[in-house]
Amino acid sequence: VSALGVVGGIVQPLLIVAGSPLLVGLMRQVRAKLEGRAGPGVGQPWRDLRKLLRKEPLAPRGTSEVFRSAPLVLVATTLVVAVVVPFVTTASAVDPVADLFAVVALLALGTVALALAGLDTGTAFGGMGASREMTIIALVEPTLLVAIFALSVRVGSTNLAAIVSSTLHDPGRVISPVSLLAAVALIVVIVAETGRLPVDNPSTHLELTMVHEAMILEYAGPDLALVELASAMRLSVFLGLLANLFLPWGIATAVTPAALLIGAVAVVGKVAVLGVALASAEVFLAKLRLFRVPELLAGSFLLSLLAVAASFFLA
Amino acid sequence: MTLAAVGLGVAVAVGALTGLAAVVVPVRGRSTVVGIGTAVTGVAGLVAGVAALGGQTFTLVLPGVLPLAGVRFTLDPLGGLFLAVTAGVAVAAGTYGISYARHGLDARPVQAVFPLFVVAMLLVPAADSVGTFLLCWELMALASLLLVLAEHRRRPEVASAGRWYAVMTHLGLIAILIGLLVLTAHATNDSFAALRNAAPHMPSGVRDVVFVLTLAGFASKAGIVPLHAWLPRAHPEAPSHVSALMSAAMVNLGVYGVARVGFDLLGGGPRWWWLLVLALGALSAVYGILQAVINTDLKRLLGYSTTENLGLVFLGVGAAGLFASSGQHVLAAVALAAALLHVVGHAAFKTLLFLAAGSVLHATGTRDLDALGGLRAGMPVTTGLFGLGALAASALPPGTAFVSEWLLLQALIHGLPASGAATAIVMPVTVAAVALTAGLAVATFVKAFGVGFLAKPRSTAAARAHESPVSMLAGMGLAGCACVAVALAPAVALPSIGHAAQAALGDGAPGVSGAVTLRLTGIVGSLSPVLLAGSLLAAALVVAALLRAVAVRRERRAARLWDCGAGPLSARMEYTATSFAEPLQRVFDNVVQPETDVDVTHHEESRYLVAAVAYRHRVPDRIERRLYQPILTAVAVWGQAGRRLATGSVHRYLGYGFYTLLGLLIVLAVTR
Repeated sequence: VSALGVVGGIVQPLLIVAGSPLLVGLMRQVRAKLEGRAGPGVGQPWRDLRKLLRKEPLAPRGTSEVFRSAPLVLVATTLVVAVVVPFVTTASAVDPVADLFAVVALLALGTVALALAGLDTGTAFGGMGASREMTIIALVEPTLLVAIFALSVRVGSTNLAAIVSSTLHDPGRVISPVSLLAAVALIVVIVAETGRLPVDNPSTHLELTMVHEAMILEYAGPDLALVELASAMRLSVFLGLLANLFLPWGIATAVTPAALLIGAVAVVGKVAVLGVALASAEVFLAKLRLFRVPELLAGSFLLSLLAVAASFFLA
Repeated sequence: MTLAAVGLGVAVAVGALTGLAAVVVPVRGRSTVVGIGTAVTGVAGLVAGVAALGGQTFTLVLPGVLPLAGVRFTLDPLGGLFLAVTAGVAVAAGTYGISYARHGLDARPVQAVFPLFVVAMLLVPAADSVGTFLLCWELMALASLLLVLAEHRRRPEVASAGRWYAVMTHLGLIAILIGLLVLTAHATNDSFAALRNAAPHMPSGVRDVVFVLTLAGFASKAGIVPLHAWLPRAHPEAPSHVSALMSAAMVNLGVYGVARVGFDLLGGGPRWWWLLVLALGALSAVYGILQAVINTDLKRLLGYSTTENLGLVFLGVGAAGLFASSGQHVLAAVALAAALLHVVGHAAFKTLLFLAAGSVLHATGTRDLDALGGLRAGMPVTTGLFGLGALAASALPPGTAFVSEWLLLQALIHGLPASGAATAIVMPVTVAAVALTAGLAVATFVKAFGVGFLAKPRSTAAARAHESPVSMLAGMGLAGCACVAVALAPAVALPSIGHAAQAALGDGAPGVSGAVTLRLTGIVGSLSPVLLAGSLLAAALVVAALLRAVAVRRERRAARLWDCGAGPLSARMEYTATSFAEPLQRVFDNVVQPETDVDVTHHEESRYLVAAVAYRHRVPDRIERRLYQPILTAVAVWGQAGRRLATGSVHRYLGYGFYTLLGLLIVLAVTR
C-alpha cells in the first residue's frame, strides 16, 4: 500500500461524506431556480440530516433485523467504494478491491439490502419498490458490464487505478469512439442506478410512480438519515466515477499538499458540473413509464456493445 | 497404497455396508445409521479426492469383475476434484438425512439406495475405462431414479417426473454409449489410456461425431438447455437431501464428462466444438435464470437455478476450449479454473439452499412461495442459513459465486484483443449474457429470500413454522461453512483447481496464484475477497460507531406500519412472489410467453351481474412446449399405429421373430 493510496483513502471518504449532501442541495437549488422557485439553499440536505439524527429511532411492528441493518449495509458499501475508487489520488488504499467489477457489485449489494428491507416490512409499498428496483438492477447489469468491458479492453485490466492512469498518460483516447459510446451508455446506466429522472423521480411521493421512495417508506429518524446520506453518497460516487474514468485530469499522482489540494478541487468541480448538468436536464424530462425503461436500457446496451466492437475493429 | 486409494476403498466399503445395514436395521434406528454411514462415506471420499488433487494417483485393475474388459479405476487431479465435491455434498446431505428421513422416507428401499447412489457418484470420476465409466454412470442414474420416485405414493406428480427423468437419462446414456464406443472402435482396448493414444490418429469426422454425441449425453445430465426438461421436474420432486445430491453433485459429472472426453481423451478440438459448448452454456444460463425468476415453487426455482449455474460452468469450459484451440494457454487455464471454481461454489451453495428448502417443506408442508413468508420468526437459523446461501448464489461480494464469476469475466475480457473477429463478436455477447444472468440471479434470490422468509406469513402453515432438528441444522451448517470458505478463501482451493485444470488441458501454468489476493498469472488482474469482506465489515463498524456518537441515544420505539390510514394491514395486501416477478415477466414477455385465462361466470338472472371470476395464470416452459411436445405427439401417433401389429396373439409374435431372423440372414447373405 503506497502513501498516496493511504492519503487518498482518508481524504476521499471525508470529502464524499461531507460533500454529497451539498451536491444534492446544489442540484435541488439549480432545479428550483430553473423552475422559477426560490429554493431552500444548498445546505438544506445537511439541515435535514441534522434534524433526522435528533429524532427518536423507530421499529415498525413486524420488521426484523434485516430492516434495521439495511441502512448500515447501504452506507458501508458506499463508504468502501468511496475509499477505494481513485477520486482524489491515482493510487488506491485497498488496491485488490479497486476493481471495476467489485465496485459495481458492492453498490448492487447496497441496493439489495434496501430491497430486502422493503420486502421485510410486509407492506404493499415495500414489495412494490423492491420489485421495481430489482427489475431495473437486473436490466442495468448487462449494459454496465459491457461498458466496463469496453473501457478495460484497451488497458488490459479492470483495475480502476490502472484505467485512470492509462487515460492520464494517453489523453487522445478520450475522444475515441470507444470512449464516447461507453460514456453515453454509462450515463444512462448511472441515471438508472441512482434513481434520477427519467427512470425514477427522487422527489415523488405518488405511490404509482415510486421506486426508491417506496422501499424506504417505513424508515424514520436516524435510519432515514443514513438512507438519505447513502443515496447522496451513491450519486456522488457514480458521478465521480464517470468523471474520472473519462476525464481524470487534476487527480493527484504524488503526495504533496498542492497536488492533493488540486486533486480534491478537481474532483469536486467535475462532480458539481456533472450534477448541475443532470439537474438542468431533469427540468426538461418527465418520468418514463416503468415498462418503457427497458427500452431505454436496451438502447444504452446497444451503445456499449458498439463500444466494444469499436475497441476491437478500430484498434 | 496411497491415501487416495485407501480413501476411495473405505468410501466404497462403508457405502456398501450402509446400504446393507439399511435392509437389516429396524426402522427406528435406520435413518440414523444410513445418515451417519453416508456422511462417513463422504468423509472418506473427501480424503481420497483431496489426496488426488494433491497429486497422489493410483490405478486399480480388476479383470474378473466385468466380462470381456474388466474394471479399471484411477484417480487424477481432475477426477479428484469432482470426487471431492461429490463427497463434500454427501457429508452434508447424509448428516441432514439423519432427522429428515424420519418423516416418511425411512422405508428400506429408499434408505438402502441412498448410500449406493453416493458410492456410484464417487466411482464415476474414478473410472478409467469405457466399460467401467458406463457401468458407474448407469448405476448412478438408476439409483437416483429410485430416489426420485421415493414419494410417488403421496404425490402423483412424482411419477410423471420419474418418467421424464428415466427416459431422458437413458437417451443421454445411449448418446454417451454410442459416442464412446465409436471412440473405442479406433483404439486397441477400452481403457482411457488407449483412447488417449488413439484419438490423434482418428479422422476428424469421427472425432466430431464422438464429441457431439458425448456432449449431448453429458449436457442432458447437467441440465443444459434444451435438454433440461427433466431437471426442473425431477429435482423438486425428490426428497430434499436427494435433491441436494442431484443438483449439487450429480449434474457436475456432466461437466466432468465434457472435460474428460473433450480435453483429455480427444485432446482438444476445432473451434466450433467449443463455440457450441459456450453457446449452449450462455443459452442455459440466461434461460434457466429467467425461468427461475418467474417461478414461485421454491424447489423448482432452485432446479432452474442449477440449469443457470451449470450453464455458466459450460460457458467457462467452452471459453477454455476456445482459448486452447487458438493457443492461448494462460487464458484457457484461467477460464477452466473459473469454471471448476464455480462447480465447487455451486455445489456448496446449492446443497445449502436445497437443504434449507427441505427444512421449509418439513416445517410448513408447502414449497409455494406465495404461501410462505414470515419464516424468520419461527425458524431463525434456517432463515439465516438460507440468506447466506442466497447471497452466495447471487454473485454479490462477499458471496461465493462472485469470485468465480469475476474470474470468468477476467478470462473473457482478456480474450478479446488476442484473437480473431469471431471471438471479438462472441466475447462481448458472452459477457452480456453473464451480466444479465448475474442481474436476474440477484432478483431471483431477493425474491426467494425476501418473499419466502421475511415479511408476514401468507398462510397458517407458514405462521406455525418451527425450527428443524439439530442434525438437519448441522447438515445445513456444514454446507454454509463451505460457502463461507469458498467465498473468503478461494485461494486455498485454487491451486488444487489449477492442478485439475492443468490435468485436463495437459499444459499451461495454473492461471491463479496468491493467498490473500488472487493474482492472475500471465494477465493483469487481482482481487482480494478477504480484504473486500474485511473492509465492508470495517466500514459498517465505523458507520455504526459514528451513528452512536452523533445520533440521539434512545431506545427504539415500536410503531405502526404506514397503512394509509385504512386500518391494519393483512398478509393478503403483501407483495407475493408472483407480483414481485411480474415486471420482469412483462419485460421478457416475448421469451417466456405466460398464459392467462380469465373465466367470468354471470348470474342466471342477468348477464350484467358477475357471479364468479376464475383467473388462472401459468408460465409454461416454452422450450419444452415447442421442442418436446411435437416429439411426444409424434411418438404417441407412432405408438397408436403400432398397436395394429401387436394383437396379443403369441403365434403372431413368434412369426415376427422368425421373419426378422430370416430377413437378417438374407441381408447378411446378400451383402457378404
